[in-house]
Amino acid sequence: MSAFLVLLWRDVKLATRSGGGAALALCFFALVATLVPLGIGADLKLLARVAGGILWVGAVLAALLSLDRLFQGDYDDGSLELIALAPLPLELTSLAKIVAHWLSTGLPLTIMSPLLALLFNLSPDAIPVLVLSLLMGTPAVSAIGAIGAALTVSLRGGGLILPLIILPLLSPAVIFGAGAVAAGLDGFSPAGALGLLGAFSLAAVLLSPFAAAASVRLNLSG
Amino acid sequence: MITALTAEKLACVRGERRLFDGLSFRVKAGQALAVEGANGSGKTSLLRMVAGFLSPAAGTLTLTQDGKPVTDAEARGRFIGWLGHQDGLKPQFTVIEQLRFYARLYAGKADDAVLEQVGLSRQRELPCRYLSAGQKRRLALARLLVSNRPLWLMDEPFAALDTAGQALVARLMAIHCGNGGMVVAATHDPLGLGNESVTL
Repeated sequence: MSAFLVLLWRDVKLATRSGGGAALALCFFALVATLVPLGIGADLKLLARVAGGILWVGAVLAALLSLDRLFQGDYDDGSLELIALAPLPLELTSLAKIVAHWLSTGLPLTIMSPLLALLFNLSPDAIPVLVLSLLMGTPAVSAIGAIGAALTVSLRGGGLILPLIILPLLSPAVIFGAGAVAAGLDGFSPAGALGLLGAFSLAAVLLSPFAAAASVRLNLSG
Repeated sequence: MITALTAEKLACVRGERRLFDGLSFRVKAGQALAVEGANGSGKTSLLRMVAGFLSPAAGTLTLTQDGKPVTDAEARGRFIGWLGHQDGLKPQFTVIEQLRFYARLYAGKADDAVLEQVGLSRQRELPCRYLSAGQKRRLALARLLVSNRPLWLMDEPFAALDTAGQALVARLMAIHCGNGGMVVAATHDPLGLGNESVTL
């Protein structure tokens, strides 16, 4: 097995075991999606209208909960030095961590979303759009999150600065993702919003590993 | 095969402080070098410099591979076996899982003989969170063995180990040097290898 897959598999295992953070993200997402309809009340039309936005915000915040562990754990216990010395460029190390984070949070969140959409009375036509938008958009959350996680890895209390750094960068994903769902709901084609979301996500996944690797290098020399 | 590590007039600056200056040494294949010095004198910084995490404020570090010099820090990292003062272990993983991960990551081979060698065969299936500090150190040594790298950088290799463990470290270093490897160790205790030493 190549070093890339070894690292990827190890990170997925760590995330899904006790104290890993994947379960925390899923629980948080389910909690938000359960509580919001209770707070808004039984206005079914209103619920369907806000569903896309709320579920997207919920998914981003849920993914954010586990992002600070992306590099932090390895930095704190000295694993990051050992991984940096492995025969794998830090750019690919970062990509492996991004993919692992997506597999352990982004993908399960996406799979869970149609079930939670029922709580919002989202129409059956719009549910596939929601799932597709999350499937396309959550990789961007993991990728951009990795930049923030790598930048704040040596900061005590970095958990607070991380969302401040990455939330502005993630707003396009939320806008296009929720926009696609709203378009689907109104009977318009969601293709435009989904296309922009896909382009954004692709660029984020391709470019973020370089920024994250540079940040890790900087922090290892500190 | 790497044959020598040469440092010329290295200087290290941390913040506003100059930790050391004009440091030169040479380690050849089969040799060990002890780095001595008071707490905070820059021993760990020197090891991090050799590993390529830190760039020297002045001077050069050269690794000679098959007669050709390797000066790029990241290329140098591919020859280094790292034993930092942190063990790099995850509490959730069992001893053998942890060892297998590092072995695969470094394209080495993890087998039970290595665990036997460091005295952890009985703890094979135990999660790392239940290991004592000394046992964690032994597992870190096993990791160093499976990583199969020619240049060992060891930060306080004897820390947290009992007498038998310290003897084990000395034995492993002797075997490694005997096989043509190199060791640079930051330590307060004598390595017992007839080695050279530099004092910061």
